[in-house]
Amino acid sequence: MIARVHVTLKQGVLDPQGKAIANSLKSLGFSGIAGVRQGKYIELELEDADPEIARAAVEDMCQRLLANTVIEDYTIELDG
Amino acid sequence: MAAEVPPPPEIATSHGLTAEEYANVLEILGREPNLTELGIFSVMWSEHCSYKSSRKWLRRLPTEAPWVICGPGENAGVIDIGDGLAAVFKMESHNHPSFIEPYQGAATGVGGILRDVFTMGARPVANLNALRFGSPSHPKTRHLVSGVVAGIGGYGNCVGVPTVGGSCDFDESYDGNILVNAMTVGIAAKDRIFYAKATGVGNPVVYVGSKTGRDGIHGATMASAEFDQEADAKRPTVQVGDPFTEKLLIEACLELMAEDAIIGIQDMGAAGLTSSSFEMASKGGVGVELDLDRVPVREEAMTAYEIMLSESQERMLMVLKPGKEDIARRIFEKWELDFAIIGRLTDSGRMVLRHNGKTVADLPINPLVDAAPVYHRPRGPAQPRPVVEPGDVAPPEDVMESLKALLGTADLCSKRWIWEQYDHMVMADTVAQPGGDAAIVRIHGSHRGLALTTDCTPRYCGADAATGAAQAVAEAWRNLTAVGARPLAITDNLNFGNPERPEIMGQFADAVEGMGEACLALDFPVVSGNVSFYNETNGKGILPTPVIGGVGLIDDLARTATLALSAVGQSLVLVGATTGHLGCSAYLKEIEGRGDGAPPPVDLACERRNGDFVRAEIVAGRITICHDLSDGGLLVAVAEMALAGGIGATLSVPDGAPAAHAWLFGEDQARYLMATDDAEGLVERAGAALVPVAVIGTTGGESLTVTGSGTISLAQLSESHEGWLPAYMGDA
Amino acid sequence: MKAAVIVFPGSNCDRDIEVALTQSMGRPPLMVWHRDDSFPSVDLIVVPGGFSYGDYLRAGAMAANSPAMAETKRRADAGVAVLGICNGFQILAESRLLPGVLMRNATLRFICRDVHLRVEESRPPFTGNYRKGQVIRIPIAHHDGNYFADHETLARIEGEGRVAFRYTDQCGKPTARANPNGSSANIAGIVNEAGNVLGMMPHPERLADQALSGTDGRAMFDGLVEAFG
Repeated sequence: MIARVHVTLKQGVLDPQGKAIANSLKSLGFSGIAGVRQGKYIELELEDADPEIARAAVEDMCQRLLANTVIEDYTIELDG
Repeated sequence: MAAEVPPPPEIATSHGLTAEEYANVLEILGREPNLTELGIFSVMWSEHCSYKSSRKWLRRLPTEAPWVICGPGENAGVIDIGDGLAAVFKMESHNHPSFIEPYQGAATGVGGILRDVFTMGARPVANLNALRFGSPSHPKTRHLVSGVVAGIGGYGNCVGVPTVGGSCDFDESYDGNILVNAMTVGIAAKDRIFYAKATGVGNPVVYVGSKTGRDGIHGATMASAEFDQEADAKRPTVQVGDPFTEKLLIEACLELMAEDAIIGIQDMGAAGLTSSSFEMASKGGVGVELDLDRVPVREEAMTAYEIMLSESQERMLMVLKPGKEDIARRIFEKWELDFAIIGRLTDSGRMVLRHNGKTVADLPINPLVDAAPVYHRPRGPAQPRPVVEPGDVAPPEDVMESLKALLGTADLCSKRWIWEQYDHMVMADTVAQPGGDAAIVRIHGSHRGLALTTDCTPRYCGADAATGAAQAVAEAWRNLTAVGARPLAITDNLNFGNPERPEIMGQFADAVEGMGEACLALDFPVVSGNVSFYNETNGKGILPTPVIGGVGLIDDLARTATLALSAVGQSLVLVGATTGHLGCSAYLKEIEGRGDGAPPPVDLACERRNGDFVRAEIVAGRITICHDLSDGGLLVAVAEMALAGGIGATLSVPDGAPAAHAWLFGEDQARYLMATDDAEGLVERAGAALVPVAVIGTTGGESLTVTGSGTISLAQLSESHEGWLPAYMGDA
Repeated sequence: MKAAVIVFPGSNCDRDIEVALTQSMGRPPLMVWHRDDSFPSVDLIVVPGGFSYGDYLRAGAMAANSPAMAETKRRADAGVAVLGICNGFQILAESRLLPGVLMRNATLRFICRDVHLRVEESRPPFTGNYRKGQVIRIPIAHHDGNYFADHETLARIEGEGRVAFRYTDQCGKPTARANPNGSSANIAGIVNEAGNVLGMMPHPERLADQALSGTDGRAMFDGLVEAFG
């Protein structure tokens, strides 16, 4: 089973990298960009096929390591 | 005769082998090579690995001195620095990869040169670099500067080796071929130097470090070919660096080296497992059997060809003493690194590779290494330029405005924006930070230090390669002298265009001869180096750029000099003769928009006499403020000293001097500027040493004044000097 | 005083702090490998600078989960002094021994230079040898030193006098220009509620030696030795 974890900064936390990307896109001539947030994508290959157990495990991984919940949110997608 | 050689198959041509080279392959093997073997020949005989165009000339460089422990030919040069210690150092280019992918190209350049140094048993203590970018107005330049600087910092900062110095200039000749030359200096116990020599039939061949992937296959051949419009399509061959793994590799290797376990060790750099295994075997006169199934890989279904040619980073090959496998394995496992015994030494003199149970290559080692081609390429003549006399250059309308403009040019501006992105203090031994004549790194736990610098003035080399290269050596020697160090030896990084063109070969040969002469006269031998050819795009070569990395020794860190003025009312004393040489000067280029004229002549006897005098004054503790005169001449040097110390100065053009602008901006060599309370004593001692000196001004105030030419505030000069690079990089 | 320095794969200021501590203590600290959770009892645990685990994922995140850090947390709760410098501060924040996080510098670039700090509290064991309001010069060298905490947390640590150092100009004014990395309220270092855990981005161990052009960092180590005898 594949677990896909997206980690993003919480709303309200300044994201200097996202800001820099937005500025660069504007200087390249892309218009209509209201905002950019940069995040991380982490793909996990899990041995466990039970989605419930897997989700609980990945949830725990996010809490304890993959995300810093002081400033980051995460979402988990399971596949297979 | 070329005509008698049959055309090689397409596959050989696409591997960069000429008809003669392919015929030689057939003769050595007595049969057609298979693909893996062909790949091995191609990288072993590439310019990058074989130095086939340059070897003939490099042999002429002076490489010996009583303090040289190991000269060129090993991973790095080694010199004796006393107290049972040795300095191990080398410089290497990563030009082509950095142009294609600036961050990773520069980062892996730093990684590679670090490995060359710790492979020999030295702990790296300092990194330096020499960077050349295209014209600031070229659309790619900003992106390249940003990526290269971030890459050097990203790698060096993470491994925890301070980046203490360097140089960075701009010229349109580098628009399509930037230069990224990285230097590492390490310190080792003199009696514990490790060499890349495999001996002892039956001894295990061990692979450590990262896993092997498909990255960088044919990097060595890429670095040996000219660029064209397709450069971007070559991107997949660029390697990705992992400084974290490198840091672990440094610690693990040094830990293992403290045990009595290693016979020979070599890093897997250009041409990866191929060149490391062939070089070690050839030096030890042994054969090697490798089982490629045991090589740690990170991609599936890798072929023998790919495993042998991969340039994945952060890997080492070593030969262990029998019975030491377990000690070594424990150390590498502690550091969470791969460790695999992948083969053993044999007495066959052959490299035998097995993969999936089959023999996939069987090559004679010495014939392949010894038969690496040596080219005697035609050498075009130098074209001497006329000397520009002071009278040929109109005086500026406003001397002080010209100074301000010069200090704010891309070449002469402060490079603080760059070196503040490098951790230049980690290891807590950086005594003199970037921005001075030479960086000073304390020898850990002692009161002694190493002085380090990188130097080259490409516009001189473009005008006259021999003089320019001699000047680069002299300037490195002078920069070390100016901080009070005794210059000991150099590493070089010779960056040139396509050597198949006689004009370029001429530049190269002239430069090597000029360097050789200077090294000999200054007792400043070459102990390691690197040649980078084919820095050329669409038939247009770069300015010849023989970069010199100099290392000097300071016996007492309490007796050194810095360039910052530190007291008011001191006399400024100019050491060395001034004729007002404006040809090829920064002033001529930046203010007059002219690049003509011969570069300043280099008088090596005079260089030595003046430098020895200056060093003696510093070592005696009589002088603590000193600056070498180089780009921009006297007035720029005064301004740099004033800005560094926040104290102004007033100068007067002495009687009998050349025209004021030539005296102020001329780039005559072998000169230093000092500040002292005892000008009288200094002048007297200089007279006794037959060194020309002149008292030219005094320190004080918050501005710079040239009597009769005007005044400018330090604030204005600082704004120009510090402002250009941040503004250019979009930080203003 | 007895001290221990935790060494992670990728630590690179471990030797520097060892030298600085040895200079003040007269004997070397204990160097503790990150897998060791049973090192002898000490008065001070230092979590040094560097790039533990390459700063991969987030600076300090993986080191915070090591056995030696689990033990450090237990001892911090029991009152043992813990000093985190640079990457060490990041690790302490990731371990939740200190509130807030260290984000990417506002300039997005690594920055290495001397900065001026104002000592906000003169309080043993860490800052007792400085005067409150004293301006000192200490180098920084980091990519992720932009201190961030939510308003409530910031108000609490300010209110409880837990800001140890603030980035200021030479005269001690916490101006925007003097803030090198975008940190909230120019915060360069903070302590925990009990005052026995200090995290700071600047490197006092790099300026504790006259040969390196300054000794403003030395008072911290001398102060620790005085506090613990």
